[in-house]
Amino acid sequence: MLEVALKARRGSFLLDVECRLASEWTVVFGPSGSGKSTLLRLLAGLDKNERGDTAGVVSLDGQVVTETARRVWRRPGNRRTSLVTQRSSLFPHLGVEANVAYGLGSLDRANRETRVAEMLELVDATDLVNRRPQDLSGGQAQRVALARALAPGPRLLLLDEPFSALDGVASDALIGRLQTWARANGVQTVLATHDATDAFSTGAEVALLREGRLVSLGPAAEVLQDERERIALRLMTP
Amino acid sequence: MDWQAFALTLKLASVTTTILLAIAIPLAALLVLGRGRWLAALEALAALPLVLPPTVLGFFLLVLLGPRTSVGRGITVVLGHPLAFSFDGLVVGSVIYSLPFAVQPLVAGFAAVQPNLVDAARLLGAGSAKIVLTLLVPLARRSLVAAAVLSFLHTVGEFGVVLMLGGDIPGATRTLSIVLYNQVENFDYAAANRTAAILLGLSVTALATVYLTGQIRGGRRA
Repeated sequence: MLEVALKARRGSFLLDVECRLASEWTVVFGPSGSGKSTLLRLLAGLDKNERGDTAGVVSLDGQVVTETARRVWRRPGNRRTSLVTQRSSLFPHLGVEANVAYGLGSLDRANRETRVAEMLELVDATDLVNRRPQDLSGGQAQRVALARALAPGPRLLLLDEPFSALDGVASDALIGRLQTWARANGVQTVLATHDATDAFSTGAEVALLREGRLVSLGPAAEVLQDERERIALRLMTP
Repeated sequence: MDWQAFALTLKLASVTTTILLAIAIPLAALLVLGRGRWLAALEALAALPLVLPPTVLGFFLLVLLGPRTSVGRGITVVLGHPLAFSFDGLVVGSVIYSLPFAVQPLVAGFAAVQPNLVDAARLLGAGSAKIVLTLLVPLARRSLVAAAVLSFLHTVGEFGVVLMLGGDIPGATRTLSIVLYNQVENFDYAAANRTAAILLGLSVTALATVYLTGQIRGGRRA
C-alpha cells in the first residue's frame, strides 16, 4: 500500500497529488509534462526537499519514508524502492553482470551470481551477461537496467516509461513476465506512461495526471474512457 | 648537477601529489555532489592559491607555522621541531599551494559524469564513498591523471613558497628551483642551463604521458 500526499514546486510547475494506491499494478497516465517523472522521482527519494519546494508525506506499507514536516527523508536505496527510467543509465565502465550485481553488495559471491542470473533470465537477457553497455541496443539496455533494479528485491518498483525502446510485442511479453514476478514476490509496481495501451493491456488501476494534479483514480476502463474512444476512432478512420 | 636537490624535488613532488589526491578526491566529490551555498565559499577557498602570489602564501605559512603563533608552537611541541625550514613544512606549503591544480580537474571530471548514473547508484543503495570510488573515479580517470600530473609538476617548479617557507637548506629544503636561482645569481649559466633543461624535460615527459594516455584510451573524455 502506497500512500502519497505531496505538493512540489519545480519552477512554475506545481505537482499536487494525494492518493492511496492499493493495487499491485498502478499506471500513472498523463501527457508529457503532466508531472509523472517528478512524482516518481519524489517517491524514489531522489529529490530531497532542500529548498523548501516540496511538502507532504509518502508512506509504503504504513512505514513513512518521506515526511517533510518532521524532516523525515529516507535516502534512495534505503526505502526498498527501485526506479527504472527511459534512459537505461547503465554504468558504462562495468559489464552487464557487474551492472546487475551493483546493488547486491551484501550478498556473498555465489548468491550474487545466482541472483544476477535469475534477474537476467526474468528479463530475457541471459545471453547478454558478458556484454558491455556500449554493445547493447536500446531495448537490450533497458532490459538489463530493469534486471539491475529488480536484483536488490524492492518492495516498490517505479517504472518511468522504461520499455520505450522495445517494440510492442517484446514490451507486452516483458510486462507480462514482470507482472507475474511482481505478484509472486509481493512487489507493488507503479508504471508512468503516456501510452494508454500500457494501461489497458495490464488491467491496472489508473491514476490520471493532468498539469500536475491527480484528476482521477480507478480502473482503466473507467478512467481512460475518453482515451479508449479516441484510440478506437483512430483505428477505424481509414 | 645537484643530485641531492634533484632527489629532494622528486620526493617533495611525490609526497605532495599523494597527499593532494587523498584530499582532492573527496573534496571535489563534495563540491560536485553536495548541496548548499557554503560549497561556493569552499570552492573559492580551494581556488585561492591560484590567484594568491606564492610569496604571500609562503609568508602567511611562515608566520602561521612559526613560533609566534599558538598553531606553530603546538606543532613544535608535537613534532619536536618547527615546521618552518623543514621538509615537512615544505610538504604542507606545497599541498596548500598546489591544491587547486588537483581539485579543479577532478571537479570538472566528476561534474561531467551524467547525474542519472549517480541517481542509479543511489537507488541501488550506494553511499557517497561507494559512488566516488566505483563511479566518479573510474569514469573521470583522465581527470585523475591530469590532477596527479599537474600537482606533481606544479610542485616540481615551485619557487616562491619554497623559498619563503623552507629557505635554502641542502638536503632538507633546497629544491631544483632554488638551485637554479642560486646558479643564475652566481652567473653560472652553464649549470643553470642543465638544471633548467632537467625541469623542462620533467614537464614535457609528464605532459606527454597525460596526452598519450588519453590517446591510447581512444578519446578525450573525462
